[in-house]
Amino acid sequence: MIIKGRVWKFGDNINTDLIIPARYLSSTDPGFLAAHVMEDADPTFASRVAPGDIIVGGKDFGSGSSREHAPIALRAAGIACVVAKGFARIFYRNAFNMGLPIFVSPDLFDLVEEGDVIEVDAAAGRILIPSKPAAEVAVAPIPPFMRDLLAAGGLIPYLTKGVGR
Amino acid sequence: MTITEKILAAHAGLDRVEAGTIVNARVDVAMGNDATAPLAIAAFREAGARKVFDRRRLVLVCDHFTPNKDIQAATNCKIMRDFAREQQIPRFYEGGEAGICHVLLPEAGLVVSGDLVVGADSHTCTYGALGAFATGVGSTDLAAVMMTGELWFRVPETVKVVLRGRPGPWVSGKDVILALIGAIGVEGANYRALEFTGEAVAHLTMADRFTVANMVVEAGAKNGVFPPDETTREYVYARGDRDPVFYESDPDASYADVLEMDVSALEPQVAFPHLPSNVRPVGRVGSIKIDQVYIGSCTNGRIEDLRTAARLLRGRKAAPGVRLIVAPATPEVYRTALAEGLLEVFLDAGAVISPPTCGPCLGGHMGILAAGEKALATTNRNFVGRMGHPKSEVYLANPAVAAATAVLGRIAHPDELKGVHRL
Repeated sequence: MIIKGRVWKFGDNINTDLIIPARYLSSTDPGFLAAHVMEDADPTFASRVAPGDIIVGGKDFGSGSSREHAPIALRAAGIACVVAKGFARIFYRNAFNMGLPIFVSPDLFDLVEEGDVIEVDAAAGRILIPSKPAAEVAVAPIPPFMRDLLAAGGLIPYLTKGVGR
Repeated sequence: MTITEKILAAHAGLDRVEAGTIVNARVDVAMGNDATAPLAIAAFREAGARKVFDRRRLVLVCDHFTPNKDIQAATNCKIMRDFAREQQIPRFYEGGEAGICHVLLPEAGLVVSGDLVVGADSHTCTYGALGAFATGVGSTDLAAVMMTGELWFRVPETVKVVLRGRPGPWVSGKDVILALIGAIGVEGANYRALEFTGEAVAHLTMADRFTVANMVVEAGAKNGVFPPDETTREYVYARGDRDPVFYESDPDASYADVLEMDVSALEPQVAFPHLPSNVRPVGRVGSIKIDQVYIGSCTNGRIEDLRTAARLLRGRKAAPGVRLIVAPATPEVYRTALAEGLLEVFLDAGAVISPPTCGPCLGGHMGILAAGEKALATTNRNFVGRMGHPKSEVYLANPAVAAATAVLGRIAHPDELKGVHRL
């Protein structure tokens, strides 16, 4: 799986209140949530993000609440994957359970600029930045069980296909 | 093994587990609320599931946007109500029976020591105070548990937190956990279990321990756990509707780290915007004018918290221009506060008394902030926009600091009320 897309950069501690503020949580409509994604971090983001774009974050991405509205909003906004220095555990789990690819890379953040195009090659465990051929960074390998979850398309398909029973 | 490892092993049907292992474990209690259960119910139906694994072990609580703040919130509670009826789930809470889930479940005896509990809410870790393994998950995980009664877990490394000494006046569980988060940071315990031991634990009430365990997630922890003692036993035997199992960590259990904290040296703590780790002792806060004080939430909305606040507010008034909001966390807390005369103290102090709800804490409703406003809250998160406008600010503290702040109109140490004239 190679994911190629344009980078949006966000810093450290992008918590779930920033990804989708609680004032919108009474809705579960993906389109509505996508219209407000990242609103309190960058109010213009939702109108500028395009399908296939990639978010590059800093430390502790997705901290805070267990709301799946956060990965839903990101996915509905067309985000192809998130690469961050680190993820909070509930967000990490939610992303895999819902089939949103996320990758841990401590190094990528400082090498890319907003608008750069990057290629995440999960199988090879690396990220390429075509405009900076020398800058290739490694991504942390995904544990085998989590790979199976992603391959199945998330936890519910994994369970209903009987793989996990 | 540690307590956390023992509970996970017992529920996975294994003699031994080690940190890092992924296990499939049986869940004793699963919980969802009106912010998360509707998505879980949708996933449950989408998967073609017909019956929940055990109708007595799924708890559904309408607490986040209740009393229903808008049509969408009302629709979410209706989805839960219809599902509870269809599945004959006895523990569906709404209206006058509902309270903030993490105060309600232990109070109603639905969680006991030794349980494995998951909840589609990040503060599910609260129940670790009882010597249970409890952790927050998303709606899809909850749907999986509703279908199968089981869930996968990575056994976390445990960090032992040794609490020394004895907390001084006005120092509570809130200050212990804020100081810890301040010391290790918001990802200082990411993916890990925090186990609280040391002689200071004996001086922490059940309410204090719930507050501590409640906020371990603000340091990124998967769960927080207190080894059961006499205080725990008394609490669960008085309330629990099942037999508890009291686990203890083995003397040779393996810990990823050991931290020590002397709580006798602790002052009340205040977390500054916009991270719970941004803490300072209240004595070093400076002069910060406050527009709203909120006393409530799953962190500090228990009767003990209201008693502390009332002690300081009795005969005093909130400063002009300060909106004081008090929300008893559950109907039982509300009723007790009424019987003890605390509600009258709050009303006399100029407070608005809210029904039990999560509303103000997460900027849902019942006390939203405008741009430029500052609130001091007894809650657990002070992220950007947490209680309202993205340009508002939230400071976190214990109920005593909250009461003193309401009276003086600026963030204040409770001792500063000495000499402030009582009405």
